[in-house]
Amino acid sequence: MSERITRNEVIHVARLARLSLTDTEIDEFTGQLGDILEHAADVEALDVGDIEPTSLPLPMTNVLRADVRRASLARDDFLTQAPASEAGQFRVPPILGEEP
Amino acid sequence: MSALGVAAAVRSGEVRAVDVVEEYLARIETRNGELNAFNLVMADEARAAAAAVDACVAAGDDPGPLAGVPVALKDNMCTQGIATTCSSKILEGWEPPYDATVVARLAAAGAVAVGKTNLDEFAMGSSTENSAFGPTRNPLDTDRVPGGSSGGSAAAVAADLAAISLGSDTGGSIRQPAAFCGVVGMKPTYGVVSRYGLIAFGSSLDQIGPFSTSVADSAAVLEVIGGHDPFDSTSIDAPAFDLRSVLGRGVDGMRIGILRELSGGTGSVDGISPDVQARAAAAAEALEAAGARVQEVSVPSATLGLSAYYLVAPAEASSNLSRFDGVRFGLRVDAPTTGEMMTATRTAGFGPEVKRRIMLGTYALSAGYYDAFYGKALKVRTLMLAEFASAYEQVDLLLTPTAPTTAFRLGERTADPMTMYVNDVCTIPSNLTGHPGISVPFGVGDDGMPVGIQLLGPALSEPTIYQAAAVLEASAPHPGGKEGR
Repeated sequence: MSERITRNEVIHVARLARLSLTDTEIDEFTGQLGDILEHAADVEALDVGDIEPTSLPLPMTNVLRADVRRASLARDDFLTQAPASEAGQFRVPPILGEEP
Repeated sequence: MSALGVAAAVRSGEVRAVDVVEEYLARIETRNGELNAFNLVMADEARAAAAAVDACVAAGDDPGPLAGVPVALKDNMCTQGIATTCSSKILEGWEPPYDATVVARLAAAGAVAVGKTNLDEFAMGSSTENSAFGPTRNPLDTDRVPGGSSGGSAAAVAADLAAISLGSDTGGSIRQPAAFCGVVGMKPTYGVVSRYGLIAFGSSLDQIGPFSTSVADSAAVLEVIGGHDPFDSTSIDAPAFDLRSVLGRGVDGMRIGILRELSGGTGSVDGISPDVQARAAAAAEALEAAGARVQEVSVPSATLGLSAYYLVAPAEASSNLSRFDGVRFGLRVDAPTTGEMMTATRTAGFGPEVKRRIMLGTYALSAGYYDAFYGKALKVRTLMLAEFASAYEQVDLLLTPTAPTTAFRLGERTADPMTMYVNDVCTIPSNLTGHPGISVPFGVGDDGMPVGIQLLGPALSEPTIYQAAAVLEASAPHPGGKEGR
């Protein structure tokens, strides 16, 4: 098994990504992510110091539309597709464990 | 019959669209149980749309260039009021309130949507085995995969369950399944086809394109779905291509480069099987015989594509898929607090491959690793853009096999993610650079399964690509496309 990523790092990343992993999954991902990162070592090792990064392949600047009013989709069409809604808003359980 | 053949017959009133659609729905009924190409068959909607096309013809109005053509849609494209799942449990019960631009444009052109096709969950995979609804099977050999992630769309066209279909291609997800199923698959230049209503995987890489049984049908579909869309801020502000006029022009004097690093010989990445290499060499010879000037061209950074891609794509995916949190759409697993609800929902709703990529992307973007992985991968994209630009000073198009092997057997590569990822080695570079690429069937491998040949070009070189693809198609040893050939 590769040591490029530790079990604890996998647990930390899962928490950041809001995923709950079983012990078996943590072991599996530790090995598999390690293998993938091992493959990515050629990129990691590259000397690309003064090269500018490319986040979008085509040269594009920010796009603005004309400041003209137009119809938008109806709020209720979205709310009826949500797991829960109330008073024109998405409804969620308490945040931070507090009662609403 | 080709899509253009169907459209011509329907437009002239020789054939009724309602009869065409019944024929296709009957075939879906017979074959889909075995192939699992469709997540959802839109029988009622398809019948109504076909009747509207016939009414249009009867009234003497123009029903559009794809009149009555049955089309299958990858199930990551929004269809108003019709379930759109991404083959994931997390979108269970969700019906989009709007149509994707491509869906609306096909309908406006008279095409008849017959169903939503299976995919690797959220388009993450190369075999359509990572689906919450079970794998799709290759119509040419049902023990084999159809490729992926747009495996359902490729299989639907190969089995003639739809005359054409749409897929999305983030790292090869149109071209590789097209190669595996013996059909034509096109990934246009980034920004040519609107992504509005395509559920995002890797936003700087995703592009929608057509599957078809012929190069002419592919060009006809791209003419309809391409062109500027104000609802997609990355849409190129230019009208759709005129492609069908170039198809008969041939390749006399065209310069074609065999991309050394992706062709299997000396200096190439490993793993490209000898029978596939032989087909690629034969394709180059066929183009040369038709008047093209063929030479070998080197793009050293093409070998870095796979590594860079498996950092960039998961990073973008981890960000894009953060919206699936049980609040706005689909599944919610109840829990006492919102944070716990989100974790419970995502844990229950995502399959293993999606979780793996979210984990990888979150890691690549996290503090302390961003510069080493994600930041460097973005610099590799710059390097690749520069090297491909200099290659395209020497040649008009590049040629490679589409995939390193022919279609493999179900279950053969599910145990180890890396053995699955290497499938995309030839297709990934053009996603990182945003360039167009097409896969055209060109004979079969040692196992009798189809081999696809990939033609690549610089940004907006679609007319040149189609021009050469038509020559490849005409010189291919098999007619290509339909089973039982």
